[in-house]
Amino acid sequence: MATAKTYDPELLRAERRRRENLRRLKGLGLHLLLIGLLCIMLYPVIWMVFSALRPEAEIFGDMGFIPTNWTLDNFVRGWQLYGNMTFTQFYVNSFIICALAIVGNLIACSMAAYAFARLEFRGKWILFAVMLGTMMLPIHVQLIPQYIFFLNIGWVNTILPLVVPKFLAHDAFFIFLMVQFMRSLPNELEQAAVVDGANYWQRYWRIILPLSMPALATTAVFTFINTYNDFFSQLIYLTDTSRMTVPVALRLFLDPSGGASSFGGLFAMVLVSIGPVLGFFLASQRLLTKGIATQGFK
Amino acid sequence: MASVTLQNLTKSYAGGMLRAVNGVSIDVEDGEFLVLVGPSGCGKSTALRMIAGLEEITDGAVWIGDDFVNDVHPKDRDIAMVFQSYALYPHMSVYDNIAFPLQMAKLPKVEVDKRVHEAARILELEAYLKRRPGQLSGGQRQRVAMGRAIVRKPAVFLMDEPLSNLDAKLRVQMRAEIASLQHRLGVTTVYVTHDQVEAMTMGHRVALLKDGVLQQVDTPTNIYNKPRNTFVAAFIGSPTMNMYWAMLEGQGDALGLRLGSHVFHLPQSTSSSHSGLSRYAGKQIIVGIRPEDVADAATMSQPEAVNCITAQVDLVEALGSDIIVHLGIDAKAAEIRSSDSLDEIKSDESKSRCVARFTAKSNVRLGQMVTVLVDTERMHFFDGETGEAIHA
Repeated sequence: MATAKTYDPELLRAERRRRENLRRLKGLGLHLLLIGLLCIMLYPVIWMVFSALRPEAEIFGDMGFIPTNWTLDNFVRGWQLYGNMTFTQFYVNSFIICALAIVGNLIACSMAAYAFARLEFRGKWILFAVMLGTMMLPIHVQLIPQYIFFLNIGWVNTILPLVVPKFLAHDAFFIFLMVQFMRSLPNELEQAAVVDGANYWQRYWRIILPLSMPALATTAVFTFINTYNDFFSQLIYLTDTSRMTVPVALRLFLDPSGGASSFGGLFAMVLVSIGPVLGFFLASQRLLTKGIATQGFK
Repeated sequence: MASVTLQNLTKSYAGGMLRAVNGVSIDVEDGEFLVLVGPSGCGKSTALRMIAGLEEITDGAVWIGDDFVNDVHPKDRDIAMVFQSYALYPHMSVYDNIAFPLQMAKLPKVEVDKRVHEAARILELEAYLKRRPGQLSGGQRQRVAMGRAIVRKPAVFLMDEPLSNLDAKLRVQMRAEIASLQHRLGVTTVYVTHDQVEAMTMGHRVALLKDGVLQQVDTPTNIYNKPRNTFVAAFIGSPTMNMYWAMLEGQGDALGLRLGSHVFHLPQSTSSSHSGLSRYAGKQIIVGIRPEDVADAATMSQPEAVNCITAQVDLVEALGSDIIVHLGIDAKAAEIRSSDSLDEIKSDESKSRCVARFTAKSNVRLGQMVTVLVDTERMHFFDGETGEAIHA
């Protein structure tokens, strides 16, 4: 026998409202926590921004957060470092090294990755393991032998030690990144190209490389960021002031002997130096996340 | 155009422990459309890839025309291949996809352009030449893959399940288009599929493989009507052939077949067309009955009583044009294991399943006892030990 099925709509609505309120409350708490953490992390950056915009004498003298006297003087003086040596030269130096490093990594790493991902040759897996092994080596182990080598061949105080290795597939991480990506491309595409008459080079250049665009973009962005921010290698290989790059030049504002340091200029130029990385990152963000997501790293 | 000859073609893995293709020998004539069919994992795609040169040949030989091609690079075999996934280059336009093999062959631009437009015209792709594969429907992509194959004017087409990614309706349409294109161009074609409908409708001949071993090569009609063994009989045909253990009784032309508790009378025509049957008198054999050879006696004017049996209806599948009926009969089913066949549906322990195809005129209902007429002239007989067909 059928029984009448009834329900109280008011009770149902009240329960739904209660759940909704609870969900909102949880969301609010989480947001407050995250905003608090964000403030802690952003505080030094905001302090630096305001410090760059206040007179040099007030940076450590005025305890207030917001400057009482606003000025752009730090930017003008910072850019004109000394004499005829301006930050224009340092940016040019940085961009040349970055551009060559990107080109080198894209060409060499993609070719090495294609070989590891798609070709069959004797000793492939041993070579691949050795290549991965180099990623585990700390930079400090390689530093002195590499320096002695480059010193002996007369490359110190040139950009060659910073650029030439990139053309020799020096960055194992990017090779690995691209190997993983290329392995994910369907084999049938390449087999179709084989039947169509394409040789190794044509398969790499016309099929695999264009399809690896997300991985190439990821490599380009990371190479730029790594090279642009690379303080240590550039410090030891570039000794002449005219060849210095932005991160090394920033060091010139500080006097390690305890003399007068220009913190206003330093903060202003640090602020300016963030610009290219931020701009490059924002411009390629879509490709970058696509590249990383495709490779299952996300 | 060229013939394709496979001589004792073998592909082994794991040092010979696993044989994906085992001694396959087939002669594909010039201009012929041969369909390689078989269940998943039977080695049909491996055999095709060996013809293409994408898979190393462990043993045996492949000839294309008069050329021994075992060690010839795929590009020099004068073949074109259509892959299951179409393998269209996603970053290139339809034009560039079709032009790619010609560009690789370094043909002059004018010639490339002429041939691409010609192929596009044949396949009705002219309006889509500037589009990328991602902007095309499944059927259009399939046509582009065909275009890339025909533009080279190869001696042999190799197709690896090219229709399996299409929906059922489009598959029927493309099936006809490919068959008609092959007929028009007259290019020797080896076509791999696991779909027996494609095999039966498209090819001049069908080659059936099982576990890497060739079972039968014949015309679609012969492979259906004269299967060489129980596997071929069970694989070809949908619903699959009913197979039972039966005892052959009598002598000479007066042969009877004891199937469960019923004895069927075998007509003289059957005895004469299967002259080898007399050797099995008094022995257990396997008898095969196609679903369409089991008819609802109620729809017939004068059914032959001796070849009628009564069975319970376990399942009714009305297809509109006809009705598939699952019956329970008292006969011992022969265990024919085909990877594509369904598990047996048993009404009870003592009964076996019998699938029948009734005409739409039948009023059969679930659970009803129905009298069915078995066409004994169209029965198939197999050796109980070897599973080989009994003919002469």
